[in-house]
Amino acid sequence: MSFNHQQSAHCETGVMSSLLTHAGLPISEPMAFGLSSALAFAYLPLIKLSGMPLIAYRMPPKHIIKTLSKRLGVRLHTATFSNPQQGQDALERALDQGRLVGLQSSVFWLPYFPPEMRFHFNAHNLVAYGREGDEYLLSDPVFAEPVRCSAEALQKARFAKGALAAKGLLYWLDDVPLEQDWPALVRKSIVSTTRILDGMPLPWIGIRGIEHLARKINKLDLNAKKYNRLYLTHIVRMQEEIGTGGAGFRFMYASFLQEAGVLLGDEQLQAAAQELTQIGDQWRQFASLCVKQSRGKDEGLGMQPIAQALLVIAQQERALFKQLALWAKQRK
Amino acid sequence: MKLDDVPQDAETSSYAGHSKLLYAIDQEGQYQGAQSAGWDAENYATQQALAELELLEKNALQGWRSGQLSPLPCLMYRYRMDELALAQVTGLWRWRVRRHFKPQIFARLSPALLSRYADAFGLPTEQLIAYQQGSVHEL
Repeated sequence: MSFNHQQSAHCETGVMSSLLTHAGLPISEPMAFGLSSALAFAYLPLIKLSGMPLIAYRMPPKHIIKTLSKRLGVRLHTATFSNPQQGQDALERALDQGRLVGLQSSVFWLPYFPPEMRFHFNAHNLVAYGREGDEYLLSDPVFAEPVRCSAEALQKARFAKGALAAKGLLYWLDDVPLEQDWPALVRKSIVSTTRILDGMPLPWIGIRGIEHLARKINKLDLNAKKYNRLYLTHIVRMQEEIGTGGAGFRFMYASFLQEAGVLLGDEQLQAAAQELTQIGDQWRQFASLCVKQSRGKDEGLGMQPIAQALLVIAQQERALFKQLALWAKQRK
Repeated sequence: MKLDDVPQDAETSSYAGHSKLLYAIDQEGQYQGAQSAGWDAENYATQQALAELELLEKNALQGWRSGQLSPLPCLMYRYRMDELALAQVTGLWRWRVRRHFKPQIFARLSPALLSRYADAFGLPTEQLIAYQQGSVHEL
């Protein structure tokens, strides 16, 4: 099969961009991200990762695959398996039929990941495009080059148990409509994003979640140095380490706004992209502040400047998304 | 972020020679994907998490050697899990997992239960049986 691998920042958007482009509808990663309204913020204290709250900068796993397929009018074929052998057979069959297959798997059991990057995250997406002997040919979006993986290891990764277990999930796209109503799609997706970020009545979701995190940081006990260090670096990991394209997906969304602005010939969207780039820079500075404090360089200053930086970000994001909500209203 | 500001801190990188894609703007403010070899701040954060796991693993190993713990906690941290994750992967209640951390309880675990743990760690069940019988003293 002729297939062009392309490196992406994030796995789910990368896979969707690959599958759609291969089907004849070229869509960049930022467009896949923006059109599926995947930008978010959530502080979820009840879901623990190594004893730390889950902090998410995007919508939950599978949101992008489902929402984007629905909005573009694509028929999404999915299957999960209670029997691992059936899961492997189904993958073989699909590849034999010449399909490009999306797979969900665990990062920890994929041998081509370097040990430093392996952790138990079950909702990693990648594309299988062929098989040679006992090895699968994979396009893992976060890698610069295509990779190979033994059938046994891939099987273990697809059927790893635990939170967000993939159960061997595989998917492909059928009937991709090549004509799209771009202005309507852009508008609809932006409206959803403004609602997620600035319209939820819950204190942990959206911009209120950012403010909530700022209050949490402000309340940290300065004597609990080790906990504070692990807490602050945990935030940085959630924001940067887990394939976000920088600044917790803010740069990727800004890139979407810019591309949509060009597509629609809309200056307001381009201006919004500039604004969000500037906010993204502040997220990066916030991450630097968290690390400086953890390294003990800014100790005398306490947590207040870090919390304050976050509050400024929240304020600016609120203003920006109110502005985008207004833009969408005028475009109706 | 401008293209020139995309960090290339390869020396301290946690990407093990790989690169990561970020989005950044060029001179004209146009976005494009840009490869980053690593960022100091992020690398520090990753190192903290890894160092913490290594410390927990070391303590758990000492606990096993001194007979206060079963080998399960040490293996759990080595394979980058905590109690909650191990409970989810094995499909056991968390209190049961915690109980299996006691050496005297671990000594009586059935091969069926041991194989659940073996699966979780990606180890052969025989290896866990060998720990149980005390015939292997290295984890």
